[in-house]
Amino acid sequence: MELAKDISGCGIAGFINTDGSLVSGIDIVDSITLMKDRGNGLGAGFAAYGIYPDFKDFYALHIMYDDEHARKITEEYLDRKLHIEQHGGMPTRPIKKKRPIFFVYFVEPREQSTKAESEEFRKEEEDEFMVKLVMHINEKIDGAFVISSGKNMGVFKGVGYPDEIANFFRVDEYKACCWTAHNRFPTNTPGWWGGAHPFSLLYWTVVHNGEISSYGANKRYLEMYGYKCTQKTDTEVVAYLLDLISRKHGLSFDMVGKIFSPPLWEEIEKMPKEEKELYTALRMTYGGALLNGPFSIIVGYQGGMFGLNDRIKLRPLVAAKKGATVFMASEESAIRYIAKDLDEIWMPKAGEPVVVNLTEEGYRKIYG
Amino acid sequence: MYEIDAKDVYYRDLNEQIRNAIKNHNKELVIENVCGQYYIGCGLSDPDVTITLHGVPGNDLGAFMNGPEIVVLDDAQDGVGNTMNGGRIIVHGSAGDVLAYSMRGGSLFIERDVGYRACIHMKAYKEMNPTVVVGGCAGAFMGEYMAGGTLILLGLTKSKNKPITGNYLATGMHGGSIFIRGSVEPHLLWEQVKTEEPSLEDYDLIKENVKEFCNIFKNDYNEIMNEEFVKVVPKSTRPYGDLYIPGP
Repeated sequence: MELAKDISGCGIAGFINTDGSLVSGIDIVDSITLMKDRGNGLGAGFAAYGIYPDFKDFYALHIMYDDEHARKITEEYLDRKLHIEQHGGMPTRPIKKKRPIFFVYFVEPREQSTKAESEEFRKEEEDEFMVKLVMHINEKIDGAFVISSGKNMGVFKGVGYPDEIANFFRVDEYKACCWTAHNRFPTNTPGWWGGAHPFSLLYWTVVHNGEISSYGANKRYLEMYGYKCTQKTDTEVVAYLLDLISRKHGLSFDMVGKIFSPPLWEEIEKMPKEEKELYTALRMTYGGALLNGPFSIIVGYQGGMFGLNDRIKLRPLVAAKKGATVFMASEESAIRYIAKDLDEIWMPKAGEPVVVNLTEEGYRKIYG
Repeated sequence: MYEIDAKDVYYRDLNEQIRNAIKNHNKELVIENVCGQYYIGCGLSDPDVTITLHGVPGNDLGAFMNGPEIVVLDDAQDGVGNTMNGGRIIVHGSAGDVLAYSMRGGSLFIERDVGYRACIHMKAYKEMNPTVVVGGCAGAFMGEYMAGGTLILLGLTKSKNKPITGNYLATGMHGGSIFIRGSVEPHLLWEQVKTEEPSLEDYDLIKENVKEFCNIFKNDYNEIMNEEFVKVVPKSTRPYGDLYIPGP
């Protein structure tokens, strides 16, 4: 028997062109594939921002169905709730395994048909409406999962190695200003198509290396705010927590970093008064949102990308910069493979988010 | 000199090529286009072999290595010198987390910074005595559970926003010595370790290794030695002796 070691540990990678220039998925596939051994073929995925310029004002729903029946039920529901500008099967290439079916819908919330239903929708609360819609489909419709639901962005994911999944979804044919990728080595949850990363809600996407041992506490905390965890994987909570803390409560990513990866109490004890008060208040208010356990994550959102480590840095993360592009990955080689002559390379400190936003002009290019 | 092009070569195949080259009596190996290949030099036992790497090698460089010298002309990733027993690794750049994890012999010279958890579980036994010299700064948990060996941290890249080392320095340390150029803020130290002034013999050891460092990376020896060092040592060899069973 040949002795072989399983090199456990997921791999993550991402980059963003802050000037909003669009590039194909080829580079991100190369970058994540260099770390192929960090995964074991049980999950891979990509998030891409800026891929649907012709429909940038519509929410792009990527939906995964187990069967035609689930599709029928879901489409009836969508028809009742939304204006569908256009829809169709997602372009794919053949893959040698049993796989779900994927559809994309470009939609817009609209006035509801009954008075009671209309009350749940107000124009200024479109995002909220979409979140509820996504939660409803994921929880109530058997065999249907919304894998992404933001504007001018999308998630492509499934069971396989990164190059396999990229080929299946024709990732090379999309052009985005920001790409993130994941290569999965599932440890304590099943490797199924919906359980692959990125996890996404609205414009949030999360790729994650590590494990969130506070999953149970986070899940219960989120349930109080109407978020339903249905994907059987810990990372899901990060996407919903971001939606709650950043979008709804309006806290900065700096604060999100302090909430997700707070210093230990003994470190807080030693802080100057003002800092101590801040960290104590955050721990009291957002204790249920603290992420315990080892992790490095790359988060994509409307207008940027950020990377974050757990509070004692138990998983790797390297960042680098070249001109208007910022890269992040589990391993430096994954960045160096796709970008020569970098201006700067650094290892972010534990619990300190590296936040990279599109320039104003870049933002206008993608979302304006 | 024996050249290998590692461009898009899978790590297993690359390591196979290296082992074959050494089996065929090549003493000087130069590997071009290295990018992320794991375990380079793993378990090699030939003391007269030198392997020069162009590019960034993957994790666990020189793991379980017993003999050769590896020279990296770029950065290195996580786990350099993992459980290494002998030989030498030189990195002309920075290295990642868990440098010299459980290292038991040989030496590492790192030109710039290292990540979190450098030299954790490093140990020594009789003539086996590992030495690690880091030119830049280190992350938190440096020397955690360190049981033996010598770690010299020079902090040549430190600045106002970049301290020479992080929190939880030498937590659980019960052997070996850590020499830090300049000073260490007391709050970074674990309560069971203390700092003291290095002895004359200690300074001989520091000087010898700093000279080596300067020869390799062409630094100014006098400038480095201009600043004093502090020595971090455990207060006791059994810091956890009373943890479960109360002592006398």
